Amino acid sequence: MPEPEIRKSAVIVETIYHEGGPVGAAPQRKAACLTVIKNPFAGKYHEDIQGFMKDLEPLGKDMAQQIIDALGGDASVVKGYGKGAIVGANGEIEHGALWHVPGGYAMRDKIAQSMAIVPSTKKLGAPGARLDVPVTHTNASYVRSHFDAMEVGLSDAPKADEILLALVMTTGPRIHERVGGLAAEDVKGEDGLR
Amino acid sequence: MKIRKITTQVEHTKTEMGRPVDTSKAIAMAVIENPYAGVYSDDLSDLIDIGETLGDLLGRAALDALNCDAQAVQSYGKSALIGEDGELEHAAAILHPALGAPLRTVLGGGAALVPSSKAMGAPGTVIDVPLGHINAAYVRSHFDGMRAQINDAPRAGEIVVAVALSTTGRPNPRVGGLTHPDAIGTDGLR
Repeated sequence: MPEPEIRKSAVIVETIYHEGGPVGAAPQRKAACLTVIKNPFAGKYHEDIQGFMKDLEPLGKDMAQQIIDALGGDASVVKGYGKGAIVGANGEIEHGALWHVPGGYAMRDKIAQSMAIVPSTKKLGAPGARLDVPVTHTNASYVRSHFDAMEVGLSDAPKADEILLALVMTTGPRIHERVGGLAAEDVKGEDGLR
Repeated sequence: MKIRKITTQVEHTKTEMGRPVDTSKAIAMAVIENPYAGVYSDDLSDLIDIGETLGDLLGRAALDALNCDAQAVQSYGKSALIGEDGELEHAAAILHPALGAPLRTVLGGGAALVPSSKAMGAPGTVIDVPLGHINAAYVRSHFDGMRAQINDAPRAGEIVVAVALSTTGRPNPRVGGLTHPDAIGTDGLR
């Protein structure tokens, strides 16, 4: 399988100062990298698709780095992450599942404290479809303050024969987090959960 | 001015209809508190001042997102989306009296009118920001737009203000008219 054919890419950054409550010491930042690629399996059922995961690895690394760069270039600021895909109408949800491994490990390879599984979502969609990419703490999935999400999408993608791939990183908890649970400072960091 | 959040989005297009292209667009948006939400005021000077501040702030944010020299910017546009406790005139106050001058300062020029759009909206409403050539409004290849949305804004008492910049016109322009190389750029039109 040749390398992914990229039509366009986008980087989105949000800087959140408050949400109606007190302005914190530092704003929360969320960043996403989106890449629109041709779906090599569009329009026909292919039994063997796993090889494409390997083909997506360089793209995953590049997208993860684009997000880190957008957040200032220091991967240690990243405290939450998530990933997702929107598959165009001539594809199937299974094609989006190909993004789990290359997308997730691309981020984990660049983030030192990343014991936790990367949460994900995927769906079929037309151009303009929006995806709520789930976000959790990079080192311990149960950190309640970091349960979050970022909505992403592009007005002109994915076309029917395309896949929109997404990676998301955040720099901290929800801006007014106050529902308790495991706190980031209490993480043991041994099993990826607590 | 009370800013709740700022977002930027930069897009790079590499192919269009299978043809290689190289276009970049960026949009910077601020979600601010509407100081006149829920009240009618003849005097909208607070919003005019906010527009001046945001012309600079959003111009710089969009330029940073494009990661290019100011001289490379060929198109610009601006929009305001007003939450339901405001009125369309609030958008006009932000956009028209004072936003353009500091934006042009950021870009080091801009003879043409900054094309604009305004609307009332709710959280997640799409903003279509028009784009036009910065020095000559008749450059047909640069009639364009950029679409963006913020899922959680504007809330009722908020305004989303957007500035969009592009380093090119449309990906494959071929409907004629004045072109970028032929623009004189002194009167803002041709």
